[in-house]
Amino acid sequence: MATVADVKVRTGRRSELGLLGLAVAVAVLARGLVDYHADFLELDELALYAAAWCGVALVIHLAIRRWAPFADPVLVPAVLALNGIGLAMIRRIDFAYANRGRDTDFGQVQEVWTILGIVLALLVILLLRDYRLLRRFTYTAGVLGLIGLLLPLVPGLGTEINGAKIWISVFGRSLQPAEFAKIAFVVFFAGFLVTNRDTLALAGPKVLGMRFPRPRDMGPLALVWVAAMLVQIYERDLGTSLLLFGIFVAMLYVATERLSWVLVGLGMFGFGAVLAGTLFSHVQVRYTAWLHALDREVYSSGTSEQLVRGLFGMANGGLFGTGLGEGRPDLVPYAESDFIVASLGEELGLTGLMAILTLYVIIVQRAMRTAIGTRHGFGKLLAAGLGFAIALQVFIVVGGVTRVIPLTGLTTPFLAYGGSSMLANWMIIGLLLRLSDQARRPEEVAA
Amino acid sequence: MNEPVRRLSVVVLALFLTLMVAASYIQVIAAGDLNADARNVRTLYREYGTFRGPIVVDGESVVWSSPVDDSFNYQRTYADGPLYAAATGYYSIVYGRTAIEQTENDLLSGTADSLFWTRLSNLVSGETQRGASVELTLDAQVQEAAAAALGDDAGAVVALDPRTGEVLAMVTSPTYDPATLAGHNSSVVNENYQALLAQEDGPLVNRAIAGDLYPPGSTFKLIVAAAALDSGYDADTELYAPDELDLPLSSRTLGNYGGESCSANERQTLADSLAMSCNTSFANLGMQLGWNVVARKAAEFGWGEQLSIPLAVTPSVLPDDPDEAQTAMASIGQFDDRATPLQMAMVAAGIANDGVLMTPYLVDSVRDANLRLVEESEPEELSTPMTRADANELTDMMVQVVESGTGKAAQISGVQVAGKTGTAETGTGEGPHAWFVGFAPADDPVVAVAVLVEHGGSTQAEATGGKVAAPIARAVMEAAIAAEGGS
Repeated sequence: MATVADVKVRTGRRSELGLLGLAVAVAVLARGLVDYHADFLELDELALYAAAWCGVALVIHLAIRRWAPFADPVLVPAVLALNGIGLAMIRRIDFAYANRGRDTDFGQVQEVWTILGIVLALLVILLLRDYRLLRRFTYTAGVLGLIGLLLPLVPGLGTEINGAKIWISVFGRSLQPAEFAKIAFVVFFAGFLVTNRDTLALAGPKVLGMRFPRPRDMGPLALVWVAAMLVQIYERDLGTSLLLFGIFVAMLYVATERLSWVLVGLGMFGFGAVLAGTLFSHVQVRYTAWLHALDREVYSSGTSEQLVRGLFGMANGGLFGTGLGEGRPDLVPYAESDFIVASLGEELGLTGLMAILTLYVIIVQRAMRTAIGTRHGFGKLLAAGLGFAIALQVFIVVGGVTRVIPLTGLTTPFLAYGGSSMLANWMIIGLLLRLSDQARRPEEVAA
Repeated sequence: MNEPVRRLSVVVLALFLTLMVAASYIQVIAAGDLNADARNVRTLYREYGTFRGPIVVDGESVVWSSPVDDSFNYQRTYADGPLYAAATGYYSIVYGRTAIEQTENDLLSGTADSLFWTRLSNLVSGETQRGASVELTLDAQVQEAAAAALGDDAGAVVALDPRTGEVLAMVTSPTYDPATLAGHNSSVVNENYQALLAQEDGPLVNRAIAGDLYPPGSTFKLIVAAAALDSGYDADTELYAPDELDLPLSSRTLGNYGGESCSANERQTLADSLAMSCNTSFANLGMQLGWNVVARKAAEFGWGEQLSIPLAVTPSVLPDDPDEAQTAMASIGQFDDRATPLQMAMVAAGIANDGVLMTPYLVDSVRDANLRLVEESEPEELSTPMTRADANELTDMMVQVVESGTGKAAQISGVQVAGKTGTAETGTGEGPHAWFVGFAPADDPVVAVAVLVEHGGSTQAEATGGKVAAPIARAVMEAAIAAEGGS
């Protein structure tokens, strides 16, 4: 005869709708400014663009209401705002290239990728009704990840762009399989670590007052280390290498709660990076271009020219930026992809760049929160791993452009031009939506 | 596993904080250096892409930017380019900027600190940045008269308003047309520039303020006379004026121009010596006064001074610690005495303005694109090299030079002119440099002028300051007096 109090669970869907409205406003206003400064503003067309964004936002909203009603309400609006800013910037760079007689349609292509990415994220929440299903595919994911990572090394399939061999060409389009491999690896790491965490957490020798893992448990870490080193040396991509290794070490730490793993991991990576820098000239060149970017000789040899031009662009923007469409981001090679952060820094200024970085912080912190709220170890690792993947990727790209670390060929999630990155990162958002939906769902409903 | 996730989010925050610090460093702290980096073409494009303010003479733009349909957006246009080149300089995409285009660049381009409020109001009203206009002190009539009078001879003319220090005319010859360097086709600009460089007479050199320094010759006697008046001499003090002066510690003797004799009895007043420009008497006077006294007087008139008007002026120089014979030569403006034409104009201006030397300046005022006054130059005293009485006495002596001495060619009917000629040996076998410095009207001067004609111009060997330079000075002073009456 117990009366069950009707507990009203706040799903946050209404707040999400409001935030989506803000994100759409940012996207449409940015596009309007770009068109205005390019003397290209047609209100009909802008209205159509706005209507399309509203439609997309509404579809997302309804789909989440239907398939993931308890999902985190801040995630998608933050991503959509980034995506909108990215689209406007890429369109702006199209205009700049057109001014110099180079016809590009990066903007339109990116719009298609955005739609496909969103569709992919919605497919994830539609088809994957329970994330725990993924644990069954732990080793499949591991193999898929490895294949994705090594594909660019297959002769005839892999192509070298901008010095890095992280691309394959399929049907005339370049694809970065590592972007997808990243997700597969997170799934694999989560499944593997949740099973083996007890073994890995076992105490080993004590050095300098800190307990280190047993040498015989070092196998998995060593394996990932070797893979990361191979990527750095043979695919000439420090970024992917650092990203994979970083994700693994972070997840290892979350699984075992042992700081010693982090120290061992960082030590191994540092050792490997220094070794590669000493042994391989092409790695060394990248380090020199980073450490001595502004040196006259290094600059005129061309190795640091792109980096320095990016710095010039950001300096030109200063505190408040030149304004969208008022700077010269096209003076930096790959302004629409690798260096979109420099482009944004120039036109939106430090203020705009801070806002963009904050959006990433929000996304990552929501992922971490999801990890804490999730009841199962596999889910915790998955959410924390995916969140950290985004954080580390942003750090590696933006850190490369701002000279915190050597420049690499990774893309800025949701901002940079590129299909693989757009699809893969929206897929991550789809997974995080599913994870947060299950984390925040009241028990009775879940049952 | 919640605790490590929390720690991981702290790590994430630290990573992003690092990025924010790095971005702040680049965009704020290091931004100035990066923007000033010579490899940064962005600064150049931005500068060329904005409307650059005009340079104005007598209320008319002589240099301005007009919109064009190319990647630089604006074309710098020079009306009367060769006439004003010495002052305006050029603005080239290949060779950068010179003269006013360089020194006033931040005002012309609109980036100067003093234009902050203008930029702010533009920002609010949504207007694009526009540079300020720079009005020069030059007087078009005086400038034109000076250029016409100097003609094709290599040399320079500087005219100052002695009461304020305003530069009324600054002409250097040969000159060039800045328009040929302001084009947007870099190969054409390059060709034109190389052609100008290849010319032996150096058209890019501003002889008036920053070319070679010239021996001032007899015009330097004004300094010695001023020093003498300061030391108790007066116009009627009799000087020792032999036909040939023995130079101490040397077997050489010093004569007068053309071997003339200054006086039958080897005695001559200071005034007469100046009027006929007697060498022996002034050389002897210099030795008697001592070089320190003469050099101190010269320094008071501006020698050794690092002036920027705002164009950088090469400081004029004097010999350091000359012996007796060298002092004798230096006292008649030979040996190691060197001066710019501007320096000599300053000597005339200081005497003209009752002994008070005003700092010369070329920029009159700066107005922003909305014609709001941003900066206005105030006349400033540079020094007081002479007392009023001494200055008036020297003025009378200089009037005598023009009325009955070597400077008769500078006479203007109805106006009393004060002046001093100079004919400076160059020791190169070429003709001597012809000088004239002076001012008019003598009782209430409105213009002080210095004229230099290198190697006497077309007259070459027979050239004297009186024959070659004085008529040019007359034309300039006439124009200035006419302009003064008209304004």
